[in-house]
Amino acid sequence: MFDDFFIRALVAGIGVAFVTGPLGCFVIWRRLSYFGDTLAHSALLGVTLAFTMEFNIALSVFIISSLIALTLIQLQKRTNLPGDALLGLLAHSSLAVGLVVIGFLTFIRFDIMGLLFGDILAVTVDDLLIIWVGGAIILLILKLIWKPLFASTVNYELAEAEGLNPDRAKAIFTILMAAIIAISIKMVGLLLITGMLIIPAAMARNISSSPQRMVIYSIIGGLLSVILGLFTSLEFNTSSGPSIITAALFLFILSLFNIKQSIKLKN
Amino acid sequence: MNANQNILVKLKDAGFKINDKWLVQGVSLQVEKGKIVTLIGPNGSGKSTTAKIALGIYKKIEGEVEKYTNKIGYVPQKISIDWTLPLRVNDFMVLTESLKNEIIDEALSLTGVIHLKDKNLGDLSGGEFQRVLLARAISKKPELLVLDEPVQGVDFTGEIALYELIKRISDELNCGILLISHDLHTVMSATDHVVCLNGHVCCSGTPMDVAKNNEYKALFGEQASQILSRYEHRHDHIHTDEGKIKKN
Repeated sequence: MFDDFFIRALVAGIGVAFVTGPLGCFVIWRRLSYFGDTLAHSALLGVTLAFTMEFNIALSVFIISSLIALTLIQLQKRTNLPGDALLGLLAHSSLAVGLVVIGFLTFIRFDIMGLLFGDILAVTVDDLLIIWVGGAIILLILKLIWKPLFASTVNYELAEAEGLNPDRAKAIFTILMAAIIAISIKMVGLLLITGMLIIPAAMARNISSSPQRMVIYSIIGGLLSVILGLFTSLEFNTSSGPSIITAALFLFILSLFNIKQSIKLKN
Repeated sequence: MNANQNILVKLKDAGFKINDKWLVQGVSLQVEKGKIVTLIGPNGSGKSTTAKIALGIYKKIEGEVEKYTNKIGYVPQKISIDWTLPLRVNDFMVLTESLKNEIIDEALSLTGVIHLKDKNLGDLSGGEFQRVLLARAISKKPELLVLDEPVQGVDFTGEIALYELIKRISDELNCGILLISHDLHTVMSATDHVVCLNGHVCCSGTPMDVAKNNEYKALFGEQASQILSRYEHRHDHIHTDEGKIKKN
């Protein structure tokens, strides 16, 4: 019924949605959407590195994104520039440098659109392995640091006072962010990864009353977005990333109607 | 190292400064099991800072902090919670430690807010939230409780009941309590040791010691709100603005 490539894309997308669901909730709670963007933009450098060195794309994106995150932390300590300016500086300069390097690599055929917006044709069996194994590891680590990370998201001083070591949890979470970008770049594309993180989580916020429920709804929202988006992509021959994100937006708009109705009921 | 097995936390000549301005300096105190130590002093005298030094929230400090327990319950003076989080009272109770349902219910009942268990934290009043904060801190049966003005915003009868509860918890759990309070009546009736701060330790001792102090007697009849602002000792120095010290 479906071509092999479509099944692969579906399995890959479902794997990605399981991980972006819970991570996306933390991105919203901790106000990290611009930070996610910065890491995603820097991923282009990682991709070019992978092509020049004939290296695994996911691994090289993971390394570069982690380095950018470390650079950001160092810059925050050493300059008086506000956090968002530093994020913008790193995001756009790493994107620009990545594009310039691509310009030099004339001997390699590059699918820029695929990199920026995702390409389901490009998902290989190896990618599936990276997404599912990598995703399982990310979720396992997130489960292990859940308590200190969540407690310090609610209130840093409470977490610190009661011995939960929030700084370590935050550092590990930063690495997890780099990892999710590395494994989802082929599916969603580097310009839209943050959308995959925050839109299903934002939808979930509208309809949930507890953090656990928000995580579950966020995963469900992500899964629905991937399935809807990929079918649209197949049907209308659109890029996979924008199709998935548009589906997510559609679900978010639906969740707004839910709120309006409950407000009406209250009055 | 810890000669006295009962000591939970010990500050030795501790101080903390931000941008070269000392918030508090030269504080020595210790909290033992089953004992209540109360910090009093005017606004900006370094009470909350001292509590945060004891808790290890401030790390770049002068002097030494020795902490002998990790089972700590903390009620901060100010807490800003981001309402982008969907958080019910029930979720907040298990924030730093997983607890059984019965234990959560018991703690919420003790502070009189069991009926709010499934409410959104953002929908509570100030006094209700304060009771939830206290319930959360005691529910984990800590060895050390740090309470920074734990009854602020609580109604008058509730205030008395909560202080009685704090005293009872200290006896029942044999836990040490570091209390910051503006209510001198409570301080005098329930505390084992009083430390009066004003950027440094002005005086300290048992409540009786402090009560014998002439100035203390003079102010004991004053309106509660004025007690602390008029609280003065026999000083060899006077206090200027921002808690600076000037020798006479």
